[in-house]
Amino acid sequence: MSERRTVEYNVSRSPELGMDGRPVRMPVLPIGMEPELVGEHMLINIGPQHPATHGVLRLVLELDGETVVKCTPHVGYLHSSFEKVGEYRMWNQIIPLTDRMDYLAPLIYNCAYAMAVEKLMGVEVTERCKVTRVICMELDRIFSHLLWIGTTGIDIGAFTVFLYTFQERERIYDLHEAFTGARVTPSATRIGGMMADLPAGWTAALQLFVDTVPRTLDEVETLLTNNNLWIGRNRDVGVIGPDDAINYGLTGPNLRASGVDYDIRKDRPYYDYQTYDFDVPVGEHGDCYDRYLVRMEEMRQSLRILRQALDRLPDGPMNVDDPRVILPGKSDCMSDMESMIHHFKIVMEGVKAPPGESWFSVESSKGELGMYVVSDGGSKPVRWRVRGPSFVNISALPRMVEGALLSDVIAVNASLDIVLGEIDR
Amino acid sequence: MVESSQAQPGAVAPPNGAGASNQVQKYELALRALEEGLPAAEAAVERTLPEGAPAHPSVVALLERSRDALLFWEVVAGDEYVVFVRPERCFELLRWLKEEPSQAYLYLSDVTAVDYGGGRPLQVVYQLWSMVLKRQLRVKAELPLSALEIDSVVPIWNAANWLEREVYDLFGIRFLGHPDLRRIMMPNNYAEGHPLRKDFPLRGRFSRAEQTRRALSMDTEDFYSPQELVFMQPEDEVGPPGPDSGPGAGGPAEPEGDRA
Amino acid sequence: MGLGDARERPELPVVGHRKDGGLGWITTRLDELVNWSRMNSLWPMPFGTACCAIEMMATAASKYDQARFGMERMSFSPRQADVLICAGRLPYKMASVIRRIWDQMPQPKWAIAMGACASSGNIFDAYSMVQGIDTLIPVDVYIPGCPPRPEALLYGLMMLQEKIRGESVFDRELHERLRAESPEATGRPNLAPPAIDEVALPFGNSTKQNRVSGLVATSAPARPSDRQP
Repeated sequence: MSERRTVEYNVSRSPELGMDGRPVRMPVLPIGMEPELVGEHMLINIGPQHPATHGVLRLVLELDGETVVKCTPHVGYLHSSFEKVGEYRMWNQIIPLTDRMDYLAPLIYNCAYAMAVEKLMGVEVTERCKVTRVICMELDRIFSHLLWIGTTGIDIGAFTVFLYTFQERERIYDLHEAFTGARVTPSATRIGGMMADLPAGWTAALQLFVDTVPRTLDEVETLLTNNNLWIGRNRDVGVIGPDDAINYGLTGPNLRASGVDYDIRKDRPYYDYQTYDFDVPVGEHGDCYDRYLVRMEEMRQSLRILRQALDRLPDGPMNVDDPRVILPGKSDCMSDMESMIHHFKIVMEGVKAPPGESWFSVESSKGELGMYVVSDGGSKPVRWRVRGPSFVNISALPRMVEGALLSDVIAVNASLDIVLGEIDR
Repeated sequence: MVESSQAQPGAVAPPNGAGASNQVQKYELALRALEEGLPAAEAAVERTLPEGAPAHPSVVALLERSRDALLFWEVVAGDEYVVFVRPERCFELLRWLKEEPSQAYLYLSDVTAVDYGGGRPLQVVYQLWSMVLKRQLRVKAELPLSALEIDSVVPIWNAANWLEREVYDLFGIRFLGHPDLRRIMMPNNYAEGHPLRKDFPLRGRFSRAEQTRRALSMDTEDFYSPQELVFMQPEDEVGPPGPDSGPGAGGPAEPEGDRA
Repeated sequence: MGLGDARERPELPVVGHRKDGGLGWITTRLDELVNWSRMNSLWPMPFGTACCAIEMMATAASKYDQARFGMERMSFSPRQADVLICAGRLPYKMASVIRRIWDQMPQPKWAIAMGACASSGNIFDAYSMVQGIDTLIPVDVYIPGCPPRPEALLYGLMMLQEKIRGESVFDRELHERLRAESPEATGRPNLAPPAIDEVALPFGNSTKQNRVSGLVATSAPARPSDRQP
């Protein structure tokens, strides 16, 4: 046989330290090899059906040993033509479509869409509706982060966290179901208000949730935060600096972990977010570990907002008192001719928006969710565009994993918190 | 029959004030033009710069710097400023908006397109946000259907990479200078055209059986071959062809899918 | 014994069949044993794409716990899986993938279409969506819902178990038709093209949703009888 060749790489066995005792920050490369001995690169295809891609994402990796030389994500395996279907639906009929894009935080999408159309129409919702929507959005932020930490735990190897967080998520599912009747796809908003008022006992159940979920968050942190394995898999992995992060359009916890203090709730506040007392966690290293810490802290800050929102939830009507927008009540329709006519027109022709357009951004759990609606005066949009944060976040993945190890690709992909429904729409 | 937006009782008063009725009139004129069968170019909405000073510092600065490149500006939805620019000057203006310290639109929120249908030009929409100055701005460029090309802004913001690929895929607008302009949502062998155009039917141009046949004939291993190791230029793609690059090896002749 | 021999020499009676054609005591007990072991240890191949996948994960989690049914070992490799649960909507770009995964699964295999999207295409009657995975792979159980609750998924799994309980290893017709490995069907759709067109036809109110807002009428109505006067 030909003589043996040993290949030395520039890391020691300890995953945190390099040969010189300092943490390894550079790509893992063979040292001292002549170029022709490097050998062929290997092509690995991950997905689209894969447990660790968080959906139907396809990654084609060109590997030199275990080091990623090139990473090409391919998306579109869940392209469900939402934007096209939305052009054939009336304004209120699009709300069930919004649930199905980010199915991990559906209430945020419902609220963002309703807010965009209400801005277009110039409809101002009631105070109770505003606070309720803030409650819904923060609840779903926690909902999404709980799933994120569960599935990221599975990807990295910490399976127990998944069971704990899904147990908490079941309680949020119960809240969704009590409010709207559906667990995953609530469709809770309508143009001008919500689909129904909060049921009796809902705020008490939510208060109980808010009071008891920190215990689970503490357990998860005990399991993970100071865990050597977790740190080893996540620290200094997938680093992206602040300028690159802005240039690549990263938003949400991914951007904040790189040190950029951009949160739409603070910079372009809506629904009186400036009056709520909460902090926005900002990381400094831009690695997976910082993204983890930012999201864990975001959950706690969301709980803070929820407590304040529950305290300030006013009584009063939930929906706007405008019969051209909101369906009149049943007893009114049965007794009053005008209400009957309004009901008929809204159901048969749909709510009509004036010509114009509107872009509305909210801080979704994944980043900046932009809803762009264009109307020509009819009851259906000319264009309904969703700027899904995960779409732009995942386009930065090649930049973050080139030079890293294959196992880091899974860790970085998990830390970006993507949901394929909003990537592919 | 489409009812006039002005006459309907159900419309909420648009918040842009005086500009709204102008907008509505223009749409009505365009509609009448379509119904009377005027050619598409004449059905396009006319644009002239409005009088009056905008309240948005970036729009003021753009008017000062390159008034000839601006076609129109307006305020929509109460407080959103939209600037219509000439497509050939769009790249230069966007670069200035990013690099000029007094504008500093470092963050590109979105690149998308709007098709109003009826042969009217497509609008490419750039949504910008300045993190430093906390301002947003929307820039639009209108492209006639016969010349759906515009310079790519990937050299300015990398976020535009996939966003422009999506606009190309769904609308057929070519971005000149894009490093990797290929379809992103639809499969590589998609031959029915560009789905989000108004002349594209909801259920696609082929029958479901034909769509199924084409889907199953797609190689699951494309772009996962030694060709991936070579950085491919869109012009000399060696992989499966898109609908605009001519018939490929072994594929059926593709119909011209993106014309009405 | 059993299958191969029976096919090659059809004139011989299969062991255990009585002369009047009914099954004997040994064969029924053997069937019960085989079916019991198959149905209580189905290894699912979770082909989760969208929202239904989240409900499938919730079914695997502690509250609904499909481990009670023997299904906690989710097999992400199709070659070790028994039942393909297609949870979520399926675009045409993904069609060749699901067909390939189905072909890679060894017999006996079953398929569950979880959710309305996998069953029939759901609200996504549009250019990119498969109108029901039964156009691509043979489906045993359809679970309606958008998404179906975990209890609904469990009910569907129990229905599949009932179906398996009714199978018989001595049923030659079943084996030839369904349980035999059929390499010539690799990569082919499950339904013939006219059948695909027929099951994908829109019905009910969706035939009338052809107009976009106001100014532009786009596609022709799906059927000539739907054209507005």
